[in-house]
Amino acid sequence: MMNNTKKRNIICTAILAVIVLALIYFANNYLDAYIVRILNLCAIYTIIGLSMNLINGFTGLFSLGQAGFMAIGAYTVAIFTLPLDMRSTIFYMEPMNPAIAGIHLSFVPALLLGGVIAGFAAFLIGAPVLRLRGDYLAIATLGFSEIIRILLTNLQSITNGALGINKIPDNANNMWWSFGVAIVILILTALLINSSYGRAFKAIREDDIAAEAMGINLFKHKVMSFVVGGFFAGVGGGLYASLLGTVDPKQFYFTLTYNFLLIIVLGGMGSISGTVIASFIVTCGLELLRTFDEPLTVAGYEISLFRPGFSMVIFSLLLMIIVLFYSKGLMGRTELTWDRIFNFFGKMKSKKAPKSTEGGSTK
Amino acid sequence: MTPDNKSINETIDKNIVLRTENMTMQFGGVVAVDNLHLTIREHQIVALIGPNGAGKTTAFNMITGVYTPSSGKIFLHGEDITGMSPDKITRKGVARTFQNIRLFKDLSVFDNIIIAKHFSMHSNIFSATLRLPGAVRAEKKMREESEELLERMGLADVKDAVASSLPYGQQRHLEIARALATKPELLLLDEPAAGMNPQETEDLTASIKQIQQDFNLTVFLIEHHMDLVMEISDRIYVLDFGQTIGKGTPAEIQNNPRVVEAYLGVDDDAEN
Repeated sequence: MMNNTKKRNIICTAILAVIVLALIYFANNYLDAYIVRILNLCAIYTIIGLSMNLINGFTGLFSLGQAGFMAIGAYTVAIFTLPLDMRSTIFYMEPMNPAIAGIHLSFVPALLLGGVIAGFAAFLIGAPVLRLRGDYLAIATLGFSEIIRILLTNLQSITNGALGINKIPDNANNMWWSFGVAIVILILTALLINSSYGRAFKAIREDDIAAEAMGINLFKHKVMSFVVGGFFAGVGGGLYASLLGTVDPKQFYFTLTYNFLLIIVLGGMGSISGTVIASFIVTCGLELLRTFDEPLTVAGYEISLFRPGFSMVIFSLLLMIIVLFYSKGLMGRTELTWDRIFNFFGKMKSKKAPKSTEGGSTK
Repeated sequence: MTPDNKSINETIDKNIVLRTENMTMQFGGVVAVDNLHLTIREHQIVALIGPNGAGKTTAFNMITGVYTPSSGKIFLHGEDITGMSPDKITRKGVARTFQNIRLFKDLSVFDNIIIAKHFSMHSNIFSATLRLPGAVRAEKKMREESEELLERMGLADVKDAVASSLPYGQQRHLEIARALATKPELLLLDEPAAGMNPQETEDLTASIKQIQQDFNLTVFLIEHHMDLVMEISDRIYVLDFGQTIGKGTPAEIQNNPRVVEAYLGVDDDAEN
C-alpha cells in the first residue's frame, strides 16, 4: 500500500516534469514575445516569492527588504554582463569606475555573484537587526531597501546613477533560463524546508521561546534563513534585470516588495506550492489590470474612473479582500502534494457515488 | 588528611547537578526571587512549591537562561552557567517544559520531537539541504531516535497528528517527551499537572517516576498538587514572595510552621 502510493507519486511527478518541459518548449518556440515575457516574469516572481516566503512564511521574520536584495542582484548582472564596447556610450555622464570597467562576466557567474553579494548584504543587515524581535525588523529592512536604492542613484561611476543601465543582454528572455533557475530554486527551497534546518526555521516561527529551549540558536538560524533568502532574491533580481534589459533605481522602490508580499499572502505564508500558484496569478493579474489604466469609452461616454493608477486601486482592494476573507491564503501552510490531490478526487468520487445510487433508485 | 578531605568534597560536589548561590531577580522595585540557594543532587526529584506569584517560574527562567539573574550565580556540575543563553544551557543537558504549554502547535507530533534533536546534528545547512551522506545519516539517526521515544512515551499512534489537535493531557505529555528528546540530564517541569483531574494527576505522578528511572534523570519541578509533590519528591523548597521559607524532606515541610502559615494562615488573613 505504502509502496503503491509512493510509486504513483513518482510516476505523477515524472509525468508533470515532462509536461512542464514540453510546455516550456512549446511556449518558447511558438508563443508570441509578449506572452513569453509575462511567463518569464511569472518564473522570476516565483523565485523572489519563494525567497520572501522562506524568510517571512517559514521562519516567521517580518522582512520587507526584498526589493533591496533584488536591486543588488539586478545591478550586479547589469554591470558585469554589459558588453565592454558598449560601456562608454552608456556611462556617458561619468565614465565607469576603472576598477570594474574592464571586468566582464558571462551570465551564470554574474547571476551567482549577484546572489552572493545580496546574501552578504543580508548578512550585514541581519547581524544587528535579527537580534530584535517583530516589527523592528520590518522597519529596518524597509530602510535597508531604500538605502540600497539611494546608493544606486548616487554611485554614478558604478551604477550610472539615475540614468540606469540599458542594453543588458537579454538572457532571461528565454524560458529555459528563467524557468530553469526557478525550478532549481524551487527544489532547493523544498529540500531546505524539509531538512532539519527547515524544521528549526518552522520551530522559530511557531514559538521562538520554545525553539530556544530546545537548543536552537535563534540568532544563527534567523541569519541563515535571511542570507539564503537574500541570495535567492539576488539571483531573481539578476534574472529580472536580464529580462527587462534595463535597470534604473526607480524600479526598485520599496513598493516592489509589496508585489511579493501579496504573492506570499495570497499563496499562503509557509507554502511553497502556494507561492508558485500565487506568483502566476499575481503576475498575470497585474498585467490584466493594466487595462484599467487606459481610458475606456462605453457608448460614446468616457468612464472617468479608468485612468492611469486605477489598476493599483483595484490591486489594493484585492489585497484587502484577501486579508479580510482569506487570511491564510490559498494554501495556508499546507502543500499541494499528490496525496492531497488524489484524496480530493477520491472524496469527490465518494460524494458522487451516493448521488448516482439515488439517481438509480428514482429511475 | 587534607587530600582525603578534598577527595570527599569532590565526590560530594560531583553528585550536585545544579547549585544556585544567592540567586536573585529584581523587576524594577519588585524582588521576584530573593537570595535563592538551591542544591539539587543527581537522581533526585526536587520540588519547588509556593503560593501563586511566589517566584517559582522566575527561578526556572533564570536556571534555563530566559532571564539573567540580577545577582547571584548558577552552577551546573560546578560550571558557572549564569546568564548563558537558553539554547546553550539546553545543549548542556537541561531541558524544560512550560507552565502554559508551548508546543510547536501547527507542526506534527513527530516534528515536535525531532526538532528537539536538531542541535545535536553536526551537518551544516548545505549538506543538509543537498542531502549529502553525512547529513542523511544524521537525519536517519534522528528519525529512529524520535520514533523510539514516541513509542516509549505512548505517542506513536498520534505521531502524524498536528500537535494542537491533541487532547490537553496528551499535549502535556508531548511537551515532556519533547524535553526528553534533547537527552537531558536535568529535567525541569513547570506545573506538569496543571489543569489535570485527580486520576490524570495520579497517572502523571507514576509516569514522572518512571521517566526519572528510565532516563536516569534528575527532576526539578514546580507543582501545586500537593499529593503529587509529597509522593515523589526527595526534597522540597518552598518560596513565598521570593523568600525561601522552607526546605527539606516532604515530612519536614509538612511540619514546618512557616510553610503552613504561608499556605493557610496568611491567605485567610488576606481575605478578611
